[in-house]
Amino acid sequence: MSDKNLKRVAYYPGCALEGTGHAYDRSTRALGKKLGLELVDVKDWNCCGAMEVKNIDPKIQTYLSSRVMSIASEDMGFDTVMAPCNGCYHNLKKAEYDLENDPENVAVTERLSKKAGHDAYKPGSIETIHALDWIKRSIGEDGIKERVKNSLKGIKVANYYGCMYTRPRHIFPEKDQGPGSESTLKPHFMDDLLQAAGAEIVDYPLKTACCGGAHTLSDSDTSTKLVTNLLEAADECGADVIATECPTCHSGLEMHQIRAETRFGKKTNSKIVYFTQLLGLALGLSARKVGIHENVSDSLKYFKEKGVA
Amino acid sequence: MPIHEQNLIRPENIITNDELEIDGIDVSGHWSTFIESRVVTDYNEDIEDEIAALPGGANIHRCWQCGSCTNSCTVNEINPDFNPRFWIYLVRMGMEQELLRDKDIIWQCVSCNKCTYVCPRDVQPEGVMKALSHWLELKGHTPKSPSMHFDEEFSEQIFATGKIEESRIIRGFFRRTGQPLMQDWLLELVKRLIRHLPLKLLFTMGLANFVRPRTRNWSKAGAAIEEYVLERDLFKRKALGLGPESDDQGAAK
Ligand code: SF4
Ligand code: SF4
Repeated sequence: MSDKNLKRVAYYPGCALEGTGHAYDRSTRALGKKLGLELVDVKDWNCCGAMEVKNIDPKIQTYLSSRVMSIASEDMGFDTVMAPCNGCYHNLKKAEYDLENDPENVAVTERLSKKAGHDAYKPGSIETIHALDWIKRSIGEDGIKERVKNSLKGIKVANYYGCMYTRPRHIFPEKDQGPGSESTLKPHFMDDLLQAAGAEIVDYPLKTACCGGAHTLSDSDTSTKLVTNLLEAADECGADVIATECPTCHSGLEMHQIRAETRFGKKTNSKIVYFTQLLGLALGLSARKVGIHENVSDSLKYFKEKGVA
Repeated sequence: MPIHEQNLIRPENIITNDELEIDGIDVSGHWSTFIESRVVTDYNEDIEDEIAALPGGANIHRCWQCGSCTNSCTVNEINPDFNPRFWIYLVRMGMEQELLRDKDIIWQCVSCNKCTYVCPRDVQPEGVMKALSHWLELKGHTPKSPSMHFDEEFSEQIFATGKIEESRIIRGFFRRTGQPLMQDWLLELVKRLIRHLPLKLLFTMGLANFVRPRTRNWSKAGAAIEEYVLERDLFKRKALGLGPESDDQGAAK
């Protein structure tokens, strides 16, 4: 696993990273460049299907994700595709699992691929990894330590992983495989990397709790309640920053932090920042390069005080 | 009451009479609270098969009622009436009327997959929740939920162009659900967002409103998906014993 060459991988940004998650895209690319890791965009990619298409019909979601993997493997010849968005990452993994295990899903994907005029994806041709795997496996904690310019010393971080990165377990066969692998119950890759960059990691019990992202708009009060819980817990743990690794969680936390304030008078203090932005700052990239100004919660002053921006 | 339990005695069946005499004996007051007896005659033996025919519902028959799903459930934590284990029980027993009492909250599942993670029987309760809300709407028991409106808006954009564009989704969703776009908190969000943004990025974001992002060479894939969706819609309606025409009875109610 770790011996694979991740210096050059296919990059699947997904729809959110072209919109509200732009800062994540920007900081991911900047980080890759800084670390000498090449990202090649998947050609003519489409949406992975997200949760919404899965709700309408899971087999269409399988097809949509399989098309992306088919292009990256068949047409572009990659054996690894990196997706920074938890939703995209989850869906590609899920499609891989469904196509390995469910003949009905295979039949639908083959039929749709044929009509769409491209080869159906052959399960097992490509490995989908998350941005966390990408950095952890290619650079690792030691590599980060060697390269740190501005240590994140004194920056208190709660790492928030959300739902889609670890659940359900069966679509992530490489997780929970003992030392070195990611844990689905208590994920730690983000903790490991940010700690290596000098950050002070607080023990955050809600790292895999749900932000209600599925109903951000359709059931906003539920989402606001769930997010408020996450934010208040982070305050309680003494964190100044919540590090995120998913555009939906990130913007959900931003939106409902404001909604909790304007609608329910609940003010919380955490700054919500992508882990790629934090790593970028530690490696000496400017705040602008990693898109700190694109975040809703204002963290620039804080990072300046801490001497990393 | 432990959260994985839910009995079939509803508050309105518990009766206390301030003044009541039965066979010459005074049974007034709190000490002789009655549970009104009832006979269930309305078993609908088809529900389980109908749920199983809808996407996500296929494994419902595997449930052995351990309650782990409800114990782990995100929504149950904020609303104790949200009880996946109990609903699965009702469906498998065919107790349609009991199920319908909770019809307005079932769609609120946030798909966190905690239930699917812990379920020892691979029921995939998250999928069952989706199948249940779908069933309620197809049968006309509930209008389309806000979540379904959102899913439809989202999916239609993907089928048409291969991609989504978020501001278009937001506008489409508020239009479908008849809500004003200018929500106080959204305005506050935009205000804080644009505080630091350079003009160039704002311009690009504004531009996305006019130039829809789309996947190149998408039309054939889009057409294939649309065809498949229509086919599945027919299949679902047939499995639920409904007529072929999709007359949106749910939305009309
Ligand atoms: S966890 Fe699974 S087996 Fe247990 S009650 Fe829930 S659905 Fe049934
Ligand atoms: S997926 Fe839905 S039913 Fe399952 S635990 Fe989460 S909110 Fe509850």
